[in-house]
Amino acid sequence: MTTTLTLNGQSISVDADPAALLVNVLRDDLSLTGTHIGCDTSQCGACNVLLDGEPVKACTMLLAQAEGREVTTVEGLAEGGQLHPMQAAFKEAHGLQCGFCTPGMVMAGIGIARRHGGDPGEDVVAHELEGNLCRCTGYVNIVKAIRAGARDMGAGA
Amino acid sequence: MNLSRPSRVADAVSAAGAGGDVAYLAGGHTLIPAMKARLRDPEGLVDLSGLDELKGMSVEDAEGGRRLWIGAMTRHRDVAEGADAIPALQHMATLIGDPQVRNRGTLGGSLANNDPASDYPAAVLALQAEIETDRATHRAEDFFQGMFFTALEEGELIKRVGFRIPARAAYAKFRHPASRYALSGVFVAEIGPGIWRVAVTGSGQEGVFRWPQAEEALANGADISTVAAPDASLMSSDIHASPEYRAHLCTVMLAKAVGEIK
Ligand SMILES: Cc1cc2nc3c(=O)[nH]c(=O)nc-3n(C[C@H](O)[C@H](O)[C@H](O)COP(=O)(O)OP(=O)(O)OC[C@H]3O[C@@H](n4cnc5c(N)ncnc54)[C@H](O)[C@@H]3O)c2cc1C
Ligand code: FES
Ligand code: FES
Repeated sequence: MTTTLTLNGQSISVDADPAALLVNVLRDDLSLTGTHIGCDTSQCGACNVLLDGEPVKACTMLLAQAEGREVTTVEGLAEGGQLHPMQAAFKEAHGLQCGFCTPGMVMAGIGIARRHGGDPGEDVVAHELEGNLCRCTGYVNIVKAIRAGARDMGAGA
Repeated sequence: MNLSRPSRVADAVSAAGAGGDVAYLAGGHTLIPAMKARLRDPEGLVDLSGLDELKGMSVEDAEGGRRLWIGAMTRHRDVAEGADAIPALQHMATLIGDPQVRNRGTLGGSLANNDPASDYPAAVLALQAEIETDRATHRAEDFFQGMFFTALEEGELIKRVGFRIPARAAYAKFRHPASRYALSGVFVAEIGPGIWRVAVTGSGQEGVFRWPQAEEALANGADISTVAAPDASLMSSDIHASPEYRAHLCTVMLAKAVGEIK
């Protein structure tokens, strides 16, 4: 059975079990291993992808639920060799150490910027990251990175 | 696995009734974790995302006061952003899970599941909501029947939920720090002049319950700190919290909610 969706800007048909978890299809069938699996309880956010522009947990979604929708993974954020402003901000602010949580954090950050605009306060960002776990950084630089990324995304990014 | 995505309610109901273990799939944020943990293994899923009539909100006049009707497939995020007829309900929705959970989870899924630590049951009971399904309209009082049990029959589909619009209301929740579910969540609402309802989630052995002593204190304008904690022998007990601790938390959340009434 095939599922048709837009993945990282391209319309594709995936020939995989429609009841498989989206994260497994991305990683195992489509070799997009930037989307990580950090837990089996839907709590860590390492698997976040954008679904029609909003962050969701790819480990808590079936492939079939992506039918006709637009999915963006971390591999699809850069444009023309230019990092997405949120990715660039993580690099700039040293918002990662091992990097395992980073793709999910970047997606959550983009969601925060889209919902709260270019100048989200530190408390807003910290609160909004309640669905993302990082075992390395202590979060301080992640919050800095997301605030800077939100600013750089500007209006409507 | 047999998957379908009907675009009409009648088709969804007949797909679910076609035989075997067939489950409705709403936001999937309870069902999919349960399937991952091998707690559920349905033979078929009926994806409700194509049922546009189950999405959105409207205010309607009715006997006994106005109601805010919310479609079963309305996501927590949409309630947080759009249910401005009942600010306490909006606030409650912002406390469910995390932003990614709120981008997927729905009102209907939450109520059908009736997790004893979930938030919506407190709002439904305090705001004397009606739960409209493909075959009946349930009163909040009759709907919740102990943890993970509801008045829904096999294959019965929740279509929308009508919350009474209160004069004033508030919700306070003590969240489990990892799961975000409620250890105690107290919804207080003045649903008619001087008529208060208080509902508690997260704490009771049987799931959500009303708290008559707190309702009386609010109706009489009594000092809310004089309300005794609920009977600890009726509170649930697990590794997260003892029954005594939960009972005490209820008084703390009650005071917090009363302090935040708008
Ligand atoms: C990490 C995490 C944290 C969470 N934190 C909280 C929290 O703090 N508070 C809280 O309240 N919840 C919390 N949840 C649960 C979340 O709110 C779920 O979204 C909700 O409980 C179920 O809604 P759903 O749309 O995802 O339903 P689904 O998982 O799709 O379905 C749940 C059940 O309801 C049935 N069903 C769905 N829709 C209908 C319908 N219209 N009619 C009849 N039956 C239906 C399904 O068949 C299934 O049995 C959390 C979930 C996760 C993963
Ligand atoms: S892998 Fe999806 S939330 Fe942890
Ligand atoms: S950088 Fe290692 S988990 Fe976050």
